[in-house]
Amino acid sequence: MTITLSEAESRRIVARHGVNVSPFVTGSSTDDVVAAINADPEVTYPLVAKLCGRKIAHKTERGLVRLRINDEEALRSAGDDLLAATRPEDGEVELLVSSMVPGNRELIAGLTTDPQFGLVAMLGVGGILAEAVRDVSFRLAPLQPVDAAEMIDDLETKRLFGEFRGEPAVDRDALISTLIGLCRAGADLEGFVSADLNPLIVVDGRPVAVDALIEIESGDEPDGRSSR
Amino acid sequence: MNHDLSSLFDPKGIIITGVSSHPGKFGFVVLHNLLVAGYQGRVFPVGREPGEVLGRQVFGSIDDIPDGAADLVFICTPQSVNEDLLRAAAAKGVTAAFFAAAGYREAGPDGVEAEQRLKALADELGISLAGPNGQGVVSTPSSMCAQIVAPYAPAGEIAVASQSGNFVSSFLNLAHHTGVGVSRAVAAGNAAVLGIVDYLEWFADDPATSVSLIYMESIDDGREFFDRVRPLAERQPIIVVKGGASAAGARAAASHTGAMASDDSIFDGMCRQAGLVRACDVEEGFEVAATFATQPLPQGNRTVIVTSVGGWGVAAVDAMADTSLVPMTLPGDLMEAIDRKLPPRWSKNNPIDMAGGETRDTVPEILEMVATHPEVDSVVFLGLGIQSNTAAMMRSGPFHPDHGLERIVEFHERQDARYATAVSDISQRTGTPIVVATELANARPGNPGPATLRSLGKMCHASAGRAVRSLDLLSRHAAWRRARGLST
Repeated sequence: MTITLSEAESRRIVARHGVNVSPFVTGSSTDDVVAAINADPEVTYPLVAKLCGRKIAHKTERGLVRLRINDEEALRSAGDDLLAATRPEDGEVELLVSSMVPGNRELIAGLTTDPQFGLVAMLGVGGILAEAVRDVSFRLAPLQPVDAAEMIDDLETKRLFGEFRGEPAVDRDALISTLIGLCRAGADLEGFVSADLNPLIVVDGRPVAVDALIEIESGDEPDGRSSR
Repeated sequence: MNHDLSSLFDPKGIIITGVSSHPGKFGFVVLHNLLVAGYQGRVFPVGREPGEVLGRQVFGSIDDIPDGAADLVFICTPQSVNEDLLRAAAAKGVTAAFFAAAGYREAGPDGVEAEQRLKALADELGISLAGPNGQGVVSTPSSMCAQIVAPYAPAGEIAVASQSGNFVSSFLNLAHHTGVGVSRAVAAGNAAVLGIVDYLEWFADDPATSVSLIYMESIDDGREFFDRVRPLAERQPIIVVKGGASAAGARAAASHTGAMASDDSIFDGMCRQAGLVRACDVEEGFEVAATFATQPLPQGNRTVIVTSVGGWGVAAVDAMADTSLVPMTLPGDLMEAIDRKLPPRWSKNNPIDMAGGETRDTVPEILEMVATHPEVDSVVFLGLGIQSNTAAMMRSGPFHPDHGLERIVEFHERQDARYATAVSDISQRTGTPIVVATELANARPGNPGPATLRSLGKMCHASAGRAVRSLDLLSRHAAWRRARGLST
């Protein structure tokens, strides 16, 4: 059996290994997150609010993501709505509020445990189209920088990595660091099974994870709930 | 982990068990193939019938063979007697065994047990054991064809190891067809002891081998395979043909990554990471191996196409669309130099379409100019054999040798032979790969163009697309080496 960690837990684990995640706060009530936003200058409007918990792996499908929150009033309304949408089977939940980062290009980075080859890293064109497009490249972890660079070059749509619709080219070194950091996160986590950074949005050329999912063998309780 | 396989591939003497006078039996066929291929070491047939087979004295028992005269035993006898035979052979100084015999893992639970016993026995006796249930081993430096099947192969630098014996035969047939030869070839059979990677490790140190070519269907331990082949691929190109459909979607799928990971996509990524060159099928695998064995590595991806007719050049450019190769814009100085050699109707672009403007020395001169230009990394040459094809019709018609036909036929044929020789000489001298394609390689293999190339041991591809594909993989491998600071 495996379980998925909450988005907040997953974000904190990958961030500790150098993956750039969009600035965020968490809280168990609307008041908590409003106070946290006001205290944290890194998390800026417009915001995204989500209901987050170990048993909520696919938030979008349940309407548990609110986008383009432009002021405190809207944040309060979104927070109350999301908490009200909690179902008994969701278990422990909290609100996760992050900066809504701008970027047209969405990638996916991931890690999975293969029965033949062990820990395997993936890079692909991501977001909601990832599984339909299936433009992905795999390498065995751990990655050397040259391996990660070649994953980028493997992609059919590698034109996406150049200058694109007024945005600068993707910072290859930053993307390479993201992939290498993700591999380290998986290798360090006991009972690790798989992980997604999806989407990994390209913001001013730099990849920023705006969602993270880590799947582990159940029974292991990683130390993911502590500070960022 | 490293096995010394020199007595498997270069034995000084071979014992064959199960030899009888029946030409349908494996023992007979192996003895026949060894003798026909001209094996120079000593051969000791062992069988139950006294007398001679194929002019060779048959020994009633391995015990009758002189000590130390043989170091390889080729086993064609039923499973039940083979452990005793292996002990007897070891006592005579044998250090390697090829088991063509079946009745092991492929034959159910009893066979599985027999294979385990065999493995333990090989270990106890210190014997390098190939097979069981394999077709045999070929080694051209020793003129050895120890196989229960055909063919033998022309000598060359490609070493083959295959999990399917039939594909060893396919590769050897392609060696005959192309003229690009083989150093060693072995069917791994059930791979009870020696597996594909053990052969690769030995090939990497084999001075007769410059390229390894493997066919595989399964891997016992993917991570171990990766860890062992990666250092080998830095030392020698390894071409991989992988068979067997992958079981997709069998993984945990809580993550998109898990859902999208298929056996084949991971295997493919592993090959790219380790520097293994993956070919899509047996024919391509051999052609790519032949290209690696006979061409220098390109220094980059800028390619020039030289053709005598426009359409072929277009096909080559089309084939480059999804590759690492770039049909480069011709540098100004190269344009000017070519302008002086060709009539004004030439394409003035890449592909260099000579538009039938060739005189006696044009083709070798243009190939030389292009291959020596510092900005050109590789060349595709199309149109070899076209003159001889015209000549072939003249030669076979009722008007030959009169009406001036004899002279023109000989001129055409000589020209194509010159072009083929020039391709070989120039690529060797300049270090710029020149791949050649013409359907005549298959359709009219006797044409002096492809035939000369074949006699020089160079690959002549049957289409522009196939030549481009081989060149692309050569170029990608060179890039893989450069990215890791390895020489090219």
